[in-house]
Amino acid sequence: METSTDVLEQSLIQSTIGIAMATGGEFAEVFVEDRANASAVYDDGKVEELSSGRSRGAGIRVVAGDTTGFAHTADLTESGLRSAAEAAAAAARGGGGGTQIVDLTRTTAPRPSETAVFPETVAKATKVELLARANEAARATSGSITQVMARYGDSRRRILVANSNGVFTEDDQVRTLFVVQAVASGDTGMQTGYESVGRTIGFELFDSVDVEEVGRAAADRALTKLQARPAPSGTMPVVIGKGGGGVLFHEACGHGLEADAIQKEASVFAGRKGEQVASDLVTLIDDGTVAEEWGAFAVDDEGTTAQRNVLIEDGVLTDYMYDYLRCRKEGRALSGNGRRESYQHLPMVRMTNTYLANGDTDPDDIIASTPSAVYVKKLGGGQVNTATGDFVFGMSEAYLIENGEITEPLREGNLIGNGPDVLTNIDVLGNDFEFGSPGTCGKDGQGVPVGDGTPTLRVTAMTIGGTAA
Amino acid sequence: MKDLQAIVDQVVAQANADEQLEAVAISSSSTDVRVYEGEIESFSSADTHGVGIRVIKDGRTGFAWAGALDETIISETLADARDNASFAESDEFAGLAEPDGLAPTASDRLLRTDLVAVDTQRKIDLAVELERVIRAADPRISAVESCDYGDEIGSSAIATTTGVRGTESASASYVSAYTLASDGTDTQTGFGFSVGRHPDDLDIEAAAADAVGRATRMLGAVKPASERVTVVLDPFVTAQFLAVIASTLGGESVMKGRSLFADRVGEQVAAGIVTFVDEPTNPDAFTASALDGEGLATRRNAFIDGGVLTGFAHNAYTGRALGTASNGCAVRGGFKSRPGAGCAAVSLVPGTADQAELLSQVGDGVLVQSVSGLHSGVNPVSGDFSTGAEGLRIRGGAAAEPLREFTIASTILRMLSDVSAVGGDLEWLPMSAAGVSLVIGDVTVSGA
Repeated sequence: METSTDVLEQSLIQSTIGIAMATGGEFAEVFVEDRANASAVYDDGKVEELSSGRSRGAGIRVVAGDTTGFAHTADLTESGLRSAAEAAAAAARGGGGGTQIVDLTRTTAPRPSETAVFPETVAKATKVELLARANEAARATSGSITQVMARYGDSRRRILVANSNGVFTEDDQVRTLFVVQAVASGDTGMQTGYESVGRTIGFELFDSVDVEEVGRAAADRALTKLQARPAPSGTMPVVIGKGGGGVLFHEACGHGLEADAIQKEASVFAGRKGEQVASDLVTLIDDGTVAEEWGAFAVDDEGTTAQRNVLIEDGVLTDYMYDYLRCRKEGRALSGNGRRESYQHLPMVRMTNTYLANGDTDPDDIIASTPSAVYVKKLGGGQVNTATGDFVFGMSEAYLIENGEITEPLREGNLIGNGPDVLTNIDVLGNDFEFGSPGTCGKDGQGVPVGDGTPTLRVTAMTIGGTAA
Repeated sequence: MKDLQAIVDQVVAQANADEQLEAVAISSSSTDVRVYEGEIESFSSADTHGVGIRVIKDGRTGFAWAGALDETIISETLADARDNASFAESDEFAGLAEPDGLAPTASDRLLRTDLVAVDTQRKIDLAVELERVIRAADPRISAVESCDYGDEIGSSAIATTTGVRGTESASASYVSAYTLASDGTDTQTGFGFSVGRHPDDLDIEAAAADAVGRATRMLGAVKPASERVTVVLDPFVTAQFLAVIASTLGGESVMKGRSLFADRVGEQVAAGIVTFVDEPTNPDAFTASALDGEGLATRRNAFIDGGVLTGFAHNAYTGRALGTASNGCAVRGGFKSRPGAGCAAVSLVPGTADQAELLSQVGDGVLVQSVSGLHSGVNPVSGDFSTGAEGLRIRGGAAAEPLREFTIASTILRMLSDVSAVGGDLEWLPMSAAGVSLVIGDVTVSGA
């Protein structure tokens, strides 16, 4: 396969930026993306389907004053790029005009991890074989496992970003994902269990990840739920397990720390920099450089090198996350959080890998010192109202804590609460930090891969919405 | 615009004698305007093209897609699909849809071709006007977080070696806004929208009233005590529940033992007043379409009729596997995926009472105006669900104080059985479902 740079000559990018700036634009950007996806699904006892896809194109952005014009094209010829650049420039409707000559300096940012085995070099039969193994392992767990779905997916996304500030850089992002869903049937009906593993690396993922383990983990989760009783309802202490609760801090705190929400005063954290917003146990970090994590990259989708940003330190709000436009408004340095789903989308402020740093308490002591609570080992999907901080999450694996011990498993329920309240109400933090499952964060209709993580922690009060009578 | 039918016909003409081949192609143009404080924040315009090719040989299925319609790219995509098929396992039921003789119910109401001639300034003005009306409506509106105008006009074509062939076009035009309201101590959010096929269809005043009302009426909301009550679901909330129910009626989840409705055909699964219909042939539906994802004519299917489960949503594959036939329910999420089996435009057959009458009949309870986390909180296999909710207390037969941060939990089957009234206020929403006020008895509301 060709690389993005072979597709687009530097001189062509330079002239495209020139066209985009010709009618008064103050900033212009060319974002080129070449993406290849492949997936294979094993379901109902057989390899059901293999699918592959390819998309390639460029998004051109022009900023004039507070207005952004954007156009994209799958036509990477000189005329295709010219049309898109003119459309973006017209949309930005800048005044004046003139010739702009942009001097592009090519830079290379370090990749958070090197790809050892590119997915396109692996035989499809080898990918498919993983699925059958996971299926067998899941089914072998118990006769109660009645259905197994396994999915393999990989993507290679090569991007090139150049802009009128002289940025000219590339990235080659390879991600590999493996997911198993199992259904267990028993007297209480059917229950599902889910397990996923994903990293920003190639097929070498399977050197360290045993797909049979993934299959068994999904099966065990479904089987556990067969024995589960309905979750209680009401307000109570909640212990969240290592790795399993990072999504809560992504949703309930991270989104409120994105500068677009801050600048529009649509966040509970607006205007609170320097203030104590959390228990002093809390240090919250967003870090695009974490090797192999699902939200890692060398450069963001505006060409900014990935960074580690401390958002909350010992409970004090230290900084927000930014994209180019929000930085421009405040005249500050970029933070490496400008991301987009594809060349067909405008970039905006997005998280990368967002996590709560380690505490110093032994997790066993946390459980032992909790008389009565719900232990959430793994949270499911959720959503947050950034303006109020209110959130809701499904619990995909949860148990009761009674007299300092984890006891009965619980069925589906929701965890609801308020982000700022949870931050304040964390009263003990474990020393067993772990990253969680790969996630896709949706915002304004765009999905991007993100990572999260936490140690075991306890929140003094949260609301559980269960189905117990 | 390229002749999409010619493109897919040409792909199908390349089929080998021993394979089945299906090609879909799409082409669309869209505009999106976002305004902030009376100025354009962003303006995007885009053309999107794509092709998806499915190959079935010896019962093995392969699929490939590409985000372009160039001849060389289509050839590569076809080769990829063939290669993918060679690694799948044979399935005796695999196969494309066969023409079933049913003629598509074409409607000229889905497409306004003059959308392309609408002046850019008019689109910008609509968004600016919506923001202005919202800001002027109530001093408690503290911010309009986003205010957008968007439109799209697109076509698709399909052809198969089994003789299915068809093309379809539709347009859409909408405005939407997210608002914040504050009374100095409390902040709440709201949203409003209006959708149609052309800017002529848009109702700015109604969208603004929703965006303002939803945010301001929640100011000062309190958490309710946990209790079992009668709830009234607002149309927007009902639509979200209908979408969840629809997701469990797909033939694929039934044949793989992943639907709570499997093995229940002919049984009473809901109260007798519940008739659940999938009706993409209804031009009022935002997702209306004359052809399904495999090119067969869509049709009206009452999957729950008078509370009795009558069947499931089938595409050619699930129909064959379950000993029936496709009922025009192949659904496709664009050109990037093969068609699944599911509902496209669901609604309940409405009753006659408006929401005010329903509230007065209920007397005391909770009016649920929004739910969050419904999809993450539902187990489609067991039907257990739990969702975060907000709304208003119903007191003395009328809406009273606002309530927030509570959950409602039940099972889908229990909820369907406890439906005691369906409102007459059916409205199609910008999703694959229509909303209607719905009264459900004996629901657990968990708060403080």
